[in-house]
Amino acid sequence: MDTLNTKPNLAAPDDFYAALIAAHDGKTDAESEAFNARLILVLANHIGDMAVLRQALAAAQ
Amino acid sequence: MLHDRYSLAFKLYPYAKCPDQTAQTPVRHPVVVVGGGPVGLATALDLGRQGIAVVLLDDHEGIGMGSRAICFAKRTLDIADRYGCGGPMLDKGVVWNVGKVFQDDRQVFEFNLQPEAGHKNPAFINLQQPYFEKFLFEQICAEQKKGAPIQVRGKNRVDAVDRFDDHVQVHITTPDGPYTLQADWLVACDGAGSPLRAMMGLGFDGRVFQDSFLIADIKMTTTNFPTERWFWFEPYFKSGASTLLHKQPDGIWRVDFQIGWDVDRAEELKESNIRRRLDAMLGADVDYDIVWSSIYTFQCRRMDKFRHGRVIFAGDSAHQVSPFGARGANSGIQDVDNLGWKLGLVIQGKAPDRLLDSYDDERIFGADENILNSTRATDFITPKSKASHTFRNAVLTLAEHHEFARPLVNSGRLSVPCVYTQSPLNGPDRLVGGPAQTRVGSSCPDAPLGDGFLLAALGDDFVLLALNADVPDTPLDIDGIAVRAFGVSTTGGRHAQVAERYLGAATSAVYLIRPDQHVAARWPAFDATAVRDAVRTACAKD
Ligand SMILES: Cc1cc2nc3c(=O)[nH]c(=O)nc-3n(C[C@H](O)[C@H](O)[C@H](O)COP(=O)(O)OP(=O)(O)OC[C@H]3O[C@@H](n4cnc5c(N)ncnc54)[C@H](O)[C@@H]3O)c2cc1C
Repeated sequence: MDTLNTKPNLAAPDDFYAALIAAHDGKTDAESEAFNARLILVLANHIGDMAVLRQALAAAQ
Repeated sequence: MLHDRYSLAFKLYPYAKCPDQTAQTPVRHPVVVVGGGPVGLATALDLGRQGIAVVLLDDHEGIGMGSRAICFAKRTLDIADRYGCGGPMLDKGVVWNVGKVFQDDRQVFEFNLQPEAGHKNPAFINLQQPYFEKFLFEQICAEQKKGAPIQVRGKNRVDAVDRFDDHVQVHITTPDGPYTLQADWLVACDGAGSPLRAMMGLGFDGRVFQDSFLIADIKMTTTNFPTERWFWFEPYFKSGASTLLHKQPDGIWRVDFQIGWDVDRAEELKESNIRRRLDAMLGADVDYDIVWSSIYTFQCRRMDKFRHGRVIFAGDSAHQVSPFGARGANSGIQDVDNLGWKLGLVIQGKAPDRLLDSYDDERIFGADENILNSTRATDFITPKSKASHTFRNAVLTLAEHHEFARPLVNSGRLSVPCVYTQSPLNGPDRLVGGPAQTRVGSSCPDAPLGDGFLLAALGDDFVLLALNADVPDTPLDIDGIAVRAFGVSTTGGRHAQVAERYLGAATSAVYLIRPDQHVAARWPAFDATAVRDAVRTACAKD
């Protein structure tokens, strides 16, 4: 894959969203920031493809 | 007046009055090198070995105290081998493989840089810079005995230069007063603060990192610390925002404390304050002597151009990097390696003056690569924003349990040789299936060859390296440039590492290799016209 998928791709979007928010439960702002950073790194490594990552960086701007 | 700006570790070339000082008219020399640091010494050595008369001027009488560089990379050792002084460096240097990364009070991970087999030199050694310079100087003396026309003049400070189309006039101050020399070529190796750059009104732009590093070399008197590199991010002992501990020869350890931007230097350099930081790190029961200490701030910057007519800048005068990744002296030696043969050919009338412009092309490319790498390391070690700090710590946290995050940890990327992929000197790359590591522009990797190694057999002239291919027995003469051919057979499983590094999927190959042991062109077989064209291209004749 060398293009970022910006079409809906999550089978259960509400489940993912709830899990994401729940992961922040009980965290201070600083802990949440640190968690988000770790999550981005984990996901980025999974994607691996630099071209896709660049598109993701642009899409998130 | 001449004042010493630093004290000496080795007094090697005491001032001696020379006839040039009393000559009626300024004496003209082919090359004058300004500065006797590692880069100036190597330049004099390279040119002198080619039989080119060179005068090196330094404002001191030897090598400065204080180690500064400690990490010397394989490429530097390979070049030093070519000059004949790699042996003593390797003998004296410390080889290390194990590195540990810590954050706060926990080890994040440990790595073992197992050396790749089949190279004469390790990936790097730790050696105090004064030793490195001393071995270069000793080789200069050895070459002088063999007749190399090298003069080294201590306490000769360059105070002004006048530039002309075909030479440079150099005004020098000595303990006996001033004198003037003329040089066909002047190589400026006068360091990061380059007085020559200032005399010529040339800029030196880049980035200053808003942090200071307290650096101490200590001699352990009680403990037997392992030969490993330890790097702490945000250490629990609070001696700095980061701390590096690294072994050197003679039982000496290098410690770097990142101590912040606004510091009182005089206060921080008091022995009691340095000891306070060291004791917090090492524990009270470790005894040591402080051998040397200093505070540095780091910057990454370079000149727009390194060649200015008859004046050529090399080493720190041309470009400066932060020390993470050990790219200062290592890249300066690559400058010399690149410049030496080019200047040699131009002076001998064997190549046009524009060959020297390729020094700019190739080494500016190299400098930018080094600046990029060391800037990235510095940004990881000293994050500039809250977000950057958060990500840095996220990487460190993940690295403890997840292998994927370890390559993101950047406490300095080891200096590796630059591949001149875009060089105007490059000829064709026609070797289908040839390994990427020996593509045109790369420096030749070493490999075992008979009882010795390939790089030693390549020497320092243009060479045709033929693998399972026929090449002429007698040296070629291409417009006055001698090209020696030599063949290696890899049939029957012989020279397996040469085959792996130079043949890859190909069955035969012919490489044109430059005097600095970079690949200029490669083909599957010998073709006289193609070789001739490539040699001409490599000498900027076309
Ligand atoms: C803390 C620290 C750690 C480092 N660690 C490493 C490392 O591990 N590996 C690495 O590769 N690099 C490292 N470096 C960088 C390395 O020290 C430099 O890149 C290297 O010294 C540059 O060599 P040079 O010959 O260009 O300049 P210099 O070593 O600065 O030499 C310049 C010479 O010119 C002389 N001079 C100046 N002005 C005049 C004048 N007007 N007339 C005559 N002579 C003059 C000076 O006296 C001096 O002898 C480190 C640097 C620091 C500060």
